[in-house]
Amino acid sequence: MENTNLNNQVVNLTKEDFVCDQIVKWCPGCGDHAILKVLQDVFPQLGKRKEDICVVSGIGCSSRFPHYMNTYGFHSIHGRACAIATGVKLANPNLSVWIVSGDGDCTAIGGNHFIHAVRRNMDMNLLLFNNRIYGMTKGQFSPCTFRGTVTKTSPQGTYEDPFNVGELVIGAGGKFFARGVDVNTKELTDICLRAKNHDGMSVIEVLQNCMIFSNGVHENITGKDVRDDMQVKCEHGKPLIFGKERNKGLRLNGNKLEVVTIGENGITEKDILVHDEKEENTGIHMMLAHMMPPAFPVAIGVIRNVEAPTYDDCLTDVIERESAKSNIKTVDDLLNSGTTWDIK
Amino acid sequence: MANRSKVVELEHVVIRFAGDSGDGMQLTGNLFSDSTALAGNDFATFPDYPGEIRPPQGTVSGVSGFQVHFGHKPVHTTGDLCDVLVAMNPASIKANMRWLKPGTTIIFDVDSMNDKALEKAGYTTDPTQDDTLSQYKVVKAPITSMTLEALKDFGWDRKAMLKSKNMFALGIVMYLFNRDITMLNAYFNNKFKNKPDVIKANQTVVAAGYSYADTMEIFANTYRIEPANLAKGKYRDITGNVATAWGLMAAAERSGRQIFCGSYPITPATDILAELVKYKNLKVKAFQAEDEIAGICSSLGASFAGCLAVTTTSGPGLSLKSEALGLAVMTELPLVVVDVQRGGPSTGLPTKSEQSDLMQALYGRNGDAPLIVLAARSSADCFYSAYEAAKLAMEHMTPVILLTEGALGNGSEILRIPRVADLPAIVPPIAKDNEPGYQPYKRDEEKLSRMWAIPGTEGLRHRISGLEKANGSGNLSLDPKNHQLMTELREEKVQRVANFIPEQEIVGDPNADLLVVSWGGTYGVVLSVVEKMLEEGKSVAHAHFRHIMPLPKNTAKVLSGHKKILVCENNNGQFVNYLREKMPDFKYEQYNKIQGLPFLTAELENKFNDLLK
Repeated sequence: MENTNLNNQVVNLTKEDFVCDQIVKWCPGCGDHAILKVLQDVFPQLGKRKEDICVVSGIGCSSRFPHYMNTYGFHSIHGRACAIATGVKLANPNLSVWIVSGDGDCTAIGGNHFIHAVRRNMDMNLLLFNNRIYGMTKGQFSPCTFRGTVTKTSPQGTYEDPFNVGELVIGAGGKFFARGVDVNTKELTDICLRAKNHDGMSVIEVLQNCMIFSNGVHENITGKDVRDDMQVKCEHGKPLIFGKERNKGLRLNGNKLEVVTIGENGITEKDILVHDEKEENTGIHMMLAHMMPPAFPVAIGVIRNVEAPTYDDCLTDVIERESAKSNIKTVDDLLNSGTTWDIK
Repeated sequence: MANRSKVVELEHVVIRFAGDSGDGMQLTGNLFSDSTALAGNDFATFPDYPGEIRPPQGTVSGVSGFQVHFGHKPVHTTGDLCDVLVAMNPASIKANMRWLKPGTTIIFDVDSMNDKALEKAGYTTDPTQDDTLSQYKVVKAPITSMTLEALKDFGWDRKAMLKSKNMFALGIVMYLFNRDITMLNAYFNNKFKNKPDVIKANQTVVAAGYSYADTMEIFANTYRIEPANLAKGKYRDITGNVATAWGLMAAAERSGRQIFCGSYPITPATDILAELVKYKNLKVKAFQAEDEIAGICSSLGASFAGCLAVTTTSGPGLSLKSEALGLAVMTELPLVVVDVQRGGPSTGLPTKSEQSDLMQALYGRNGDAPLIVLAARSSADCFYSAYEAAKLAMEHMTPVILLTEGALGNGSEILRIPRVADLPAIVPPIAKDNEPGYQPYKRDEEKLSRMWAIPGTEGLRHRISGLEKANGSGNLSLDPKNHQLMTELREEKVQRVANFIPEQEIVGDPNADLLVVSWGGTYGVVLSVVEKMLEEGKSVAHAHFRHIMPLPKNTAKVLSGHKKILVCENNNGQFVNYLREKMPDFKYEQYNKIQGLPFLTAELENKFNDLLK
């Protein structure tokens, strides 16, 4: 694949450039394998030298990711990927920074760093592998586990409601939120490229299956028999139509979304809500992110994509502006500024 | 203006300006220290703010103080007991009784005395009328009314006029120390550029205070302190926190690295972050993080990406940073952690100074996680300590904890301005594009440090991790022998730093009967006492440690040959226990003060003399 980097040098990279010599140690059948292939497809298309890409992670199965990508990588500590990546990006804004995290890493122990990275709109891309369980510690419930789920640490079922990642991101002021499915690699690749093109923090929730501890947790969304009826693809400027027969759609009724059938009760395609990912107001994006089976299909694709200044650009701008106008150019200048006196 | 009273020469003086929070005592103190600089004295200052932001007016908790210690001889401390106290209200007297000594001159605004003010200060009777202040020389000056009188032609309201009453007090003090009040004009002209009437008012009130002291002959004599014998050069006044920030910036410039500081506000360290954020003009990247953990983690990320990375905090914040410090040890990345210590544990005494984070700095991490620990000894020394911390971190590829203290951070001292080019060179082991034979954990033979291969560098892509890695290749490794090797290498790397730091110095006879050992901010007071006792011919010596982990190579030699070793510190015995572990061949006595207050010279002198008996 041919691309140009920032200096307009042609960079010819292929998937093989990003394959690492390390043995991939995820369980056979784990959704992570598919996502790894997606990123190895996406990275040659970033328009960056291999050396200008950095993958940062925390702890958990997903966080092994950097070891399998032949870029610069930092596999850090539990929950801190966003904070570490923030430092990487601010130190060198030229780097394309990718964070790989899980629902436990990102929404439990790392929740604070996550919402603040989103709020600041750091120009980074984050893939949140959501399997609604702690896999690496062998099967405890996470903040994304559904109420009532029996796990190792909830033998009687959980009695707390989960986070909805999309609502969390949008509620934290997120400018880009998308959702994909681990095995839908073509779709996920497109989403990642959209994220790459977005200036600012982009969060991609990947519905990822853990074969061992939450196998089938997304089956009511991704299963062959149900997926057409239980997923609605969000495409900017297109009506939110779904279903095997492509005859179902989302309609805004008062202040609520509802599922309607085209051709019934006088409903036509014109009644269906047209997706506008660029709408500043969070209302509809929140409602789309919120939808869950069985009453609603799950929104897949880019749900929110609005422009805003990025933190890293703002910092760079202030530095350029201040250094241009200041008479103090060196630490020596600073040391000799203000009140000083001579001893002779 | 001629000074008609008898002039007495003094070696050094401690003066404390105290008033209600709104009385402008910080400014008064700063102006007085500026004039002290112009008089050529050595000096150090310490602000003593109330803990609360807007404490109740007129109460003891609302008293704001500013102390200046200045002298003809080198000044090592911000001073303890004061020679002169300026007290703008009764609460200021009450709040500062601890700092008085027999004979202290108290310049008191007698106009502030009324029943309500007494009650607010917690006095049941007038302390200037009973024997509360009988040991002191109380000068009752009508500061408020004389200020109003001096400004009566300005056409201002009473409130506006009273803003200048601190200048009347300053005028009196300028007279007492034979200072030329015109040296204040430059400040007034600069500060109130577009307000000529305010400049005039301040000059008028200072002059009124000066004349009042002169014509009323309120002092039996006045004082002169001859200029100090300071090395030639250009000087400035600097607080420890500013010096820390500037030292780090100097290290960044000298090493060719950008500086990145990720930090979270915490007393008394916040001023370092607040200082660094000012210097976008010098390309300083300072980032206020969402918490202490993000502070250190963002810095560690920036270190990976090639910055001189710094995070600043105080005790409880260091606790929160422990896990990430372990990651810094494991990834062998340079990082400077500044801990401006305060009273602990937990929230403890946030506005008071202590030296009680030493054990946390040395050992507060999971696993065997050695790192370098340094301690600054004075406010101005924070500049050099911070510089050295950055140098060692980058050259040895390791985290460094720099311990300073609240009193050093907030206090100020004069700094002889160095040239950055004259500071020791800093040469980080940065890997070049396509560095031949590069491996992430290949080590320098002498230092055992690994190379710094910064993202963006051609051909050196690699992954680092908190997981154990194979020495050399840096691949993840669970090999038992490799873990032992890596643990030993990480320890040995830090120990070998001893080959790159100066030997431990000793003041006094290396075989003195009594060796006094100190570290950190107790330097000045211990040295002052030791110097005094040496002049008296006592057999005493002083070893003050800046390098704590590792200890200097000659430490055992320094500790040898004394009848007694006394370790003085503001904690319950942390350094002394460290020495007992590291240098077990010696017997140590200890002197510990854990009151949020510095050692007093008198108490140390008594202790030293007791041990010499």
